[in-house]
Amino acid sequence: MEHGSFTNDSHASFTLAEEDHTLANAVRFMLNQDPRVTLAGYSIPHPSLECVNVRVQTTGDPAREVLKDACQELMLMNRHVRSVFDKAVAEFKVKQARLATEEEKKTKAEEAELKKQRDLLASMDIESD
Amino acid sequence: MTTKKEKRIVTEEEKTFAKNFNIMDLPDIPTGLPPHLQLQRTRVLCEEDAPIHTTSIAYSGAYNGVGVDNSVKLENFSDNFKVDVIELSKDGMELTFDMIGIDAAIANAFRRILLAELPTMAFEKVFIANNTSIVQDEVLAQRMGLVPIAADPKLFDYLSENDQPNEKNTIVFKLHAKCAKGEGRKKVLTKELIWLPNGSELVKESGDSNSKPKTYTSFSRSQKDSFPEFAAKDSNISPSYPDILIAKLGPGHEIELEAHAVKGIGKTHAKWSPVATAWYRMLPEVILLREVEDEDAERLVKACPQKVFDIEDMGNGRKRARVARPRECTLCRQCVRKNYGEDRNKDEEEKEWIENVGREKEWVENVALRRVKNHFIFKIESTGSMPPDVLFTEAVKILETKCERVIATLS
Repeated sequence: MEHGSFTNDSHASFTLAEEDHTLANAVRFMLNQDPRVTLAGYSIPHPSLECVNVRVQTTGDPAREVLKDACQELMLMNRHVRSVFDKAVAEFKVKQARLATEEEKKTKAEEAELKKQRDLLASMDIESD
Repeated sequence: MTTKKEKRIVTEEEKTFAKNFNIMDLPDIPTGLPPHLQLQRTRVLCEEDAPIHTTSIAYSGAYNGVGVDNSVKLENFSDNFKVDVIELSKDGMELTFDMIGIDAAIANAFRRILLAELPTMAFEKVFIANNTSIVQDEVLAQRMGLVPIAADPKLFDYLSENDQPNEKNTIVFKLHAKCAKGEGRKKVLTKELIWLPNGSELVKESGDSNSKPKTYTSFSRSQKDSFPEFAAKDSNISPSYPDILIAKLGPGHEIELEAHAVKGIGKTHAKWSPVATAWYRMLPEVILLREVEDEDAERLVKACPQKVFDIEDMGNGRKRARVARPRECTLCRQCVRKNYGEDRNKDEEEKEWIENVGREKEWVENVALRRVKNHFIFKIESTGSMPPDVLFTEAVKILETKCERVIATLS
């Protein structure tokens, strides 16, 4: 919901229902990053109300459009975070699997070596007898 | 009295800067952020008494005066953002990763969503048929509620107020544990919970004896048939861990109950939170401001409870302190205290010294403790219902849908 004036749409407050600091703080950050914004802030009118008020003042562009752009930007940012995270986790899992098989190979080789030595020792014992 | 001249460490950066510096090259208007502002912008400085420069500078025009653009655009965010996975625990339920190049506002949004807004399945209703144990019904129900269930919440619907519990929104478990007389005490563990894919087995009491007996759920068919995920014989829904203690029974005690799990989010009740904890900390940065040698170095190593510093042997018996494990730093600030690495009774000596000499000992700062503002060490500890990497991607998706919703309401 928008609370603004009919004559000047560059200053407006927005009430976002069923939202809290989670979204409001992130959106405020995105708004502040926008050079068109002169003021951006948010408040929760009362702890028992499930809404936040976001205030946007711009240098001239409609506040509604600027807020929409901020949300859009945040969404694209999230999409990027998700793709980077998924890739990093996949790479890590591949690396871990490779390390595990290498470790297994190493222990197997060590065991084989040990067995060889034991066999050698055993055969030497027989000879000495 | 001779004062020992302190040797300052000159970084490579400073060296090249000094070599190429010419006053005539300086522009008329200063460009670029001066180093002290750059430090304030990117680091939290942890001083002896309190941290300073803790806030991030969000305003895009904050440095317009020196011709520096402070806005984050998607392109440069994409270039700088990085994720490093540090550790995944053996059971795959604890994930540590570094998130670099993101602001606290967004990292915190992810954390808050992980804690409170990701759906899971948890026991909401517990029907107690018999409970002669010393654990009261309501306490038992509360304990049951906190048992994590390994079921993908994406498969299920929310149970709204007017809905009948059916196979799409409810998971039913039964528990019947008994401790025979003459036996020792018995533990009731979560492995004794038995999944009922056909729904409730408890019959509702009704005055009419002719009507068909009704149970507390109205499943139209078995969950084994309606979900291909559970169709296989051994793919059952169960609690995440088999060895969670629910109650202890004495000889002759008995518990018989049925528990109904529904979908919900952590905001409503913490039992629906999919994580034990999800938290982040900023990367600690420990920097030696001068060469710390010999006795001083040993004191510095002793001062740090996290063993951040190591002693480096410089040959011919000289030792030098080195920052070996900065990530271990908890910013306890022992190393920036005046009498670092000294025992308490040294205070008395210091007092005596002040009385005799008339002033305090000269205090030289050895260490700078900082935190990198845009580098987060993120840790997610899942309760076991879903792996932590899935949880994080879901959290990001939820933030995306929140944005979408705002855009939709504004258009």
